[in-house]
Amino acid sequence: MRRVFENFKKYRFLLVELIKKDIKLKYRNSYLGLLWTLLEPLLMMLVLTLVFSGSLGRGDRLYPIYILTGRLLYTYFSTTTKSALKSIRSNSGMIKKVYVPKYMYPVSSVISGYVIFLLSLIVLIAVGAVLKVKPTIYIFQAIVPLTLLFVMTLGVSLILATLAVFFRDLEYLWTVALMLIMYASAIFYHVEDLNKPHIEAALKLNPLYALILNFRNSVLYGKPLDMEAVVIAAVFGLLSVIVGGYMFYKNQDKFILHI
Amino acid sequence: MDELALKVDHVGIRFNLSEQKVDNLKEYVIKLLKRELRYHEFWALRDVSFEVKKGDRVGILGLNGAGKSTLLKIIAGVLKASEGSVTTWGKIVPLLELGAGFDKQYTGAENIYLYGAVLGYPKSFIKERFDEIVEFSELGDFINVPLKNYSSGMKARLGFSIATIVEPEILILDEVLSVGDAKFRKKSEKRIKSMFDKGVTVLFVSHSLQQVRSLCNRAIVLEKGRLVADGGIDEVTEFYEKKIES
Repeated sequence: MRRVFENFKKYRFLLVELIKKDIKLKYRNSYLGLLWTLLEPLLMMLVLTLVFSGSLGRGDRLYPIYILTGRLLYTYFSTTTKSALKSIRSNSGMIKKVYVPKYMYPVSSVISGYVIFLLSLIVLIAVGAVLKVKPTIYIFQAIVPLTLLFVMTLGVSLILATLAVFFRDLEYLWTVALMLIMYASAIFYHVEDLNKPHIEAALKLNPLYALILNFRNSVLYGKPLDMEAVVIAAVFGLLSVIVGGYMFYKNQDKFILHI
Repeated sequence: MDELALKVDHVGIRFNLSEQKVDNLKEYVIKLLKRELRYHEFWALRDVSFEVKKGDRVGILGLNGAGKSTLLKIIAGVLKASEGSVTTWGKIVPLLELGAGFDKQYTGAENIYLYGAVLGYPKSFIKERFDEIVEFSELGDFINVPLKNYSSGMKARLGFSIATIVEPEILILDEVLSVGDAKFRKKSEKRIKSMFDKGVTVLFVSHSLQQVRSLCNRAIVLEKGRLVADGGIDEVTEFYEKKIES
């Protein structure tokens, strides 16, 4: 354990460099650069609002925020897990030639994605201001779902990064799974509208939906956290980090034979 | 000067040859059901032991596929041995794959920090030596151009300049470096020579017996993953010469 820690200290500058690289290169050579972090969710919100506001949105004035809150959290989870899944193979050139702690690659994707995600929350603030959402004291509890989102994404990323080295099919399977997760996260529909309590209960077992629910409670509805959802997300998040960390640690020396 | 710099203790590494080909779930399941999931075990190295004292310059000889590069990779920490252990004392600089951590979209200057980090150098250290690296690489204004526009010689020069900015205790060389043009080659040779003079420990892989003779004071010979000779430079190169001819 101490060796792992000392090794991390030696290479923590590499982690910083990899995170910087991810962020810097993401929009390099695009005219609007980092502005896309804000534009992309904004445009996505406009499209979804245009399409669904009459039907699924029930003509709700705050429907754009409803979409945005769900969409932002989901986008972080999906883009990050996708890039972490590929992180070992896309860095195979480096892994085969020099020694670096291999967890640096998925972990740096998770952190750089989180930085971009936090930046994109500016859109939420802006849209909230335009639509005159009154922030309540409950906004501070948003830190709970936001932290748990990071933990959960980290755990799932480590699991996927490990498995993807051995089974390339996972990349395609995960794309499909992500679509399922998206529809099960109530991003653009209201769960109450389904009028099926058992489905509502089942959806809450989706940890990502549990996070989105609590995030909306904090920033949109000004309600206290749904404790059941907090527990579900926390248990899933911690479990995934433990399982993912263990799997990664146990298999990392075999990576090089498979990439 | 009897301190050890490197200890290789009964090192072996096993590759599962057929395992490498099954990389999708379908194939895996089919092979599992057919019970064809048997692995071809292949030991690239087996039971290799030797010690290197501080200041020794060891040549590693062997035919293609004897396991020389695999051994260097294990010592550098890229590969992990299946059995046995490698212990090193001091900073290792492997001049194996220069610029393995480069990013094509990054400029030369950004890559200096990135590659420095890959090699495990602290940021303050790179910052301090930044100008020296740029100067030695002779890239001039190109340092602010993305690496994808570099020629291969320029990349190699940059990689060499970054990797050799530290004073290593153990230097790993795979063939003598032929970096850049004749002028730069002279400069890089001079830098390596000066490391030699400071008493660095060297592991050197080459097919040229002449080079090994002129650089090393000791040599080992690998054959099919096993250590078959270890000793003073003259007796071992003689042994190896006979081996090639027979």
